[in-house]
Amino acid sequence: MGRLRKLLIPGVDKKLLVRDAVKTMPDLTRRRFITMGASLGSLTLLTGCDVVDSSSAEEMLKKVSKFNDAVQAWMFNPNALAPTFPESMITKPFPFNAYYDLDDAPDIDGKEWKLEVRGLVDNKKSWTLDELYQLPQVKQVTRHICVEGWSAIGSWTGTPLRDFLKLIGADTRAKYVWFQCADKDGYNSPLDMPSALHPQTQMTFKFADEILPRAYGYPMKIRVPTKLGFKNPKYVISMEVTNEYKGGYWEDQGYNSFSGS
Amino acid sequence: MSSLAVSDDHADTATPARVIQPAWVRVVHWVNAVAMILMIMSGWQIYNASPLFNFSFPRSITLGGWLGGALLWHFAAMWLLMVNGLVYLILGLVTGRFRRKLLPIIPRGVISDTKAALTFKLSHADLTRYNQVQKLLYAGIILVGIVIVLSGLSIWKPVQLHWLVSLFGGYDFARYVHFACMALIVAFLVIHVALAVLVPKSLRAMIIGR
Repeated sequence: MGRLRKLLIPGVDKKLLVRDAVKTMPDLTRRRFITMGASLGSLTLLTGCDVVDSSSAEEMLKKVSKFNDAVQAWMFNPNALAPTFPESMITKPFPFNAYYDLDDAPDIDGKEWKLEVRGLVDNKKSWTLDELYQLPQVKQVTRHICVEGWSAIGSWTGTPLRDFLKLIGADTRAKYVWFQCADKDGYNSPLDMPSALHPQTQMTFKFADEILPRAYGYPMKIRVPTKLGFKNPKYVISMEVTNEYKGGYWEDQGYNSFSGS
Repeated sequence: MSSLAVSDDHADTATPARVIQPAWVRVVHWVNAVAMILMIMSGWQIYNASPLFNFSFPRSITLGGWLGGALLWHFAAMWLLMVNGLVYLILGLVTGRFRRKLLPIIPRGVISDTKAALTFKLSHADLTRYNQVQKLLYAGIILVGIVIVLSGLSIWKPVQLHWLVSLFGGYDFARYVHFACMALIVAFLVIHVALAVLVPKSLRAMIIGR
């Protein structure tokens, strides 16, 4: 980092430069140059390690990230659809991606599993997998974009989340739908209501026309093609309609919470 | 900034011929330098999470510590870069600086000035006038700056700005465009800093204006 400060003003001794310059300057410009020097100095400090590591920089970055949440919510067009692709463009094999190995992925018994529904909804009954399979399903081929930068095209089939929210009498004026998952260490993630009501946001039961395999989130994943991959929870066990921001596994570690695409 | 601009006007009337870089150019230049360095170093850390090529950037020259930290820096510094860049483009057009300083660019002039530069025969007596190589590089880097911002926006919002991402040939290709622009900016930076060291009075002009 020390090297960086030199890079900004390479090959020039600041003190000598100032002394020479001041000699030739009229009063007004001398004063101006001193202010300029001060502001330049504080700018170069910004790249210094002491500020990068300090908690004040972290607080500042968190504030900007909150601001970016608001900007993205403002940019979000509920009618803008994620591009869809022909099945020939599906990425094979579609990558398995998690913070653990496939061997450690939840191994859920579909007969025992129930989706728990909580919060601002009229009907809080839990749903078995067979009951959920009775709901009308649609298929879509969209691009999954990971926060890491890579992307892959996949085929997901399931029930539009907005239809399910209507069915259970959810208060769609609430701010979030909060999902909890069966992943080890307890994965969870909040989804803002406008994104939850987007026509392509889906309770997914199938990948590539087959029952969702364990690698991709059996028995149920929430597919949100307008969000980065980590906002697409797998192995979902409960959903809660709430006005409270309850945080999320990655969101709490610093990934931007809205993370819209 | 407004007070700086006002006091600069006074200085201009006192010594009109001596100002090489007006105050607004100097302020915008150094803000851009900081923003660019933050964007490049955090960008390298983001790149490392899913490299496009068979190499990663050493962690010691990246910013953010891990992907999440780098993303926070990248999406904070982008505002500095974009707002400062817009101020630069608007003032450059409105004041006529771009037209005055960067045009015309003549291919034959670029070739002869390149030859002169490589044989150390290029004159730097008058820093208020850019030679043909400078004109080409400064105009070119402005274009690269515009493309890196647009390709970055298209990677950031490939659904909301899907028209923009298709302009860049789709999401995956836009990542390569974004990377290529970074490489061009880093190459420019190396030459730019080397030349500023070789002709220190040009650096002095960018700091104190004269």
